[in-house]
Amino acid sequence: MMNFHKKIETNVVLLLLGILATIIVGGLVEIVPLFTISSTIEKVEGVRPHSPLELAGRNIYLREGCYNCHSQMIRPFRDEVERYGHYSLAAESMYDHPFQWGSKRTGPDLARVGGKYSNDWHVRHMNNPRDVVPESIMPGYKHLNRPLKFADAGAHLKTLSLVGVPYTADMITNALADLKAQATPDADVTGISARYPKARLGDADGKPEVTEMDALVAYLQVLGTMVDFTSFDPVRAQALR
Amino acid sequence: MTQATMAQRGARTDATPDYLDDVVKKFVIAATFWGVIGFLAGDYIAWQLAFPVLNLDLEWTSFGRLRPVHTSAVIFAFGGNILFATSIFVVQRTCRATFFGGSTSGNILFWGFQLFIVMAALSYVLGFVSGKEYAEPEWWLDLYLTVLWVIYLVSFMGTLYKRSEPHIYVANWFYLAFIVTIAMLHLGNNLAIPVIFLGGDSFMKSYGLYAGVQDAMTQWWYGHNAVGFFLTAGFLAIMYYFVPKRANRPVYSYRLSIVHFWALIFLYIWAGPHHLHYTALPDWAQTLGATFSVMLWMPSWGGMINGLMTLSGAWDKLRTDPVMRFLVSSVAFYGMSTFEGPLMSIRPVNSLSHYTDWTIGHVHSGALGWVAFVSFGALYYLVPVLWRRKSLYSMRLVSMHFWIATVGIVVYITAMWISGIMQGLMWRAYDSMGFLQYSFIETVEAMHPYYVIRAIGGLLFLAGSLIMVYNFWRTIRGDVRNEVPYESAATAGARG
Repeated sequence: MMNFHKKIETNVVLLLLGILATIIVGGLVEIVPLFTISSTIEKVEGVRPHSPLELAGRNIYLREGCYNCHSQMIRPFRDEVERYGHYSLAAESMYDHPFQWGSKRTGPDLARVGGKYSNDWHVRHMNNPRDVVPESIMPGYKHLNRPLKFADAGAHLKTLSLVGVPYTADMITNALADLKAQATPDADVTGISARYPKARLGDADGKPEVTEMDALVAYLQVLGTMVDFTSFDPVRAQALR
Repeated sequence: MTQATMAQRGARTDATPDYLDDVVKKFVIAATFWGVIGFLAGDYIAWQLAFPVLNLDLEWTSFGRLRPVHTSAVIFAFGGNILFATSIFVVQRTCRATFFGGSTSGNILFWGFQLFIVMAALSYVLGFVSGKEYAEPEWWLDLYLTVLWVIYLVSFMGTLYKRSEPHIYVANWFYLAFIVTIAMLHLGNNLAIPVIFLGGDSFMKSYGLYAGVQDAMTQWWYGHNAVGFFLTAGFLAIMYYFVPKRANRPVYSYRLSIVHFWALIFLYIWAGPHHLHYTALPDWAQTLGATFSVMLWMPSWGGMINGLMTLSGAWDKLRTDPVMRFLVSSVAFYGMSTFEGPLMSIRPVNSLSHYTDWTIGHVHSGALGWVAFVSFGALYYLVPVLWRRKSLYSMRLVSMHFWIATVGIVVYITAMWISGIMQGLMWRAYDSMGFLQYSFIETVEAMHPYYVIRAIGGLLFLAGSLIMVYNFWRTIRGDVRNEVPYESAATAGARG
């Protein structure tokens, strides 16, 4: 062994190649099959790309670093399923660039927070969490009351379609209109409702313009609601995997 | 030739004048500076968790934006500058060659890297992040770092190539593995398309190539090996140079260093999925991750044994040399956290520990006990050597730093063990009626005392680092404190 190793440790190029060959294996074996084995992601009904407003909200979720304290991944344990809802499926985050499964629960899991609280609750909670949960240690997010910048919503959708999110040409063309329609009361919502089923419509914070708060609440309200678990059959999904 | 004689040769050439040491000095100062900033940021956000009013309700000072500042400051700014400083110092001496590219590449690396740190920290505070832990910088910063890293790799390999020593010393194997692997991980995990290329308004936003489960796997392939190669392989290189030098003893076993080097770099890469137990990642990947994590215990302890046993015949130095105490304790902490890690990667244990403060405690026993302590040891060694001082200003202050920091670490990790296990158990507790016993917010409330204790532990650690700063400042000024020596002046002088 010593003689063999002498060759490696006296030759920079051999040492470099040896290291490369050694470190590349694990990643290849663990990552590549996830793209090629079709059973990695269950076939389920209902998962759709985020609406432009939800996407803007998601980008605010990233910007504020919510993932530092909140997970979006319910594990298949009795207590987690009772506390948060059905365990998370791979399909539910298949359009999430990047994933937001998280690694720490300083606050609760948010994978199925959608529909759990009213819009009004979320707005008050964001403005000052302790107004609705006195013991909360979450920061306040009053700055979300400012107008949302969204003029380039179409470009965001186009970029995502390039990395594999199935946004149609129709969705990209209508991105701006859909974003406004989702946050405006009494708007014509036939287009957005057809393109993004189950999108939570309406003005969350009651302010005349579309705010960052509206976007974030729209995102939170759709989390975990896309798959209908009353008709979800894990055995069948497994078979279809 | 044995490792021992190679280390000896390195020692003989310490006085060679043309080594590029100016840049090493700058990296030493930068590492010390960013260390303090990183510890300060960490302790501030620790107090935020105990007292949320400290978030100030401003967007730039909320926990979510400051936490990446803390993690990047300690890992990449403090750790990175230490790795640059020591690798440039060590590679020149163990190769008996000057740094490839000389002061040009040295200064590009130094100023380029400091600029990266400042830009990254600013962009986090202003909210421009990729949303992936420990890989927060946006695409343009990632590209910029890639250019710097290529310069680093070329300079390092160039120095190895023009060496006058026949063999490449073991520390350099670890440095090379660290540089190469970080390049691979950085590129693999950060591939993204900027929205501005498709008509978007912002230069600061991109979407990554992967989504969901594939993104999760790629992220923890990256994330765990930032630990494995940035914070372990790179710092093992520091151990392999500074422990034998400081102890004036050869590395315990050459054979063991070969075996544990290749085993460590092969196994580490597989361990990522243990961050994704019981998630939507397929079971086969989770099982692979856990299996390799447990196997990783062996090369980890191989490294620990090689470091600790280097002290054979020189154990008295623990009593007489506080710098040695830092180095040896760091290896002991390394052994402890590399035992705890495999334990936590076993799925039933992980089901309790995951998402809780136990993970935070585990990370900090490694980061404070191993990474920071071995860095302090190397810094205390380097400052008098680089500035050509007879000795450090004060060995007593080194000892004081050691004890304050050690107490800080113990307080910190104990608080996190208790809070983590407690919260994990509270989440799964059922009452006699078969209902969940605690609401989530009750488990948050229960954490408060431990968050306060943890923040106090962090404060002690920060205080210790300020003692080090003072000691360096006086050393560089050329002062020597009038104090009772730990050993005879003759040996102290020879070492300093």
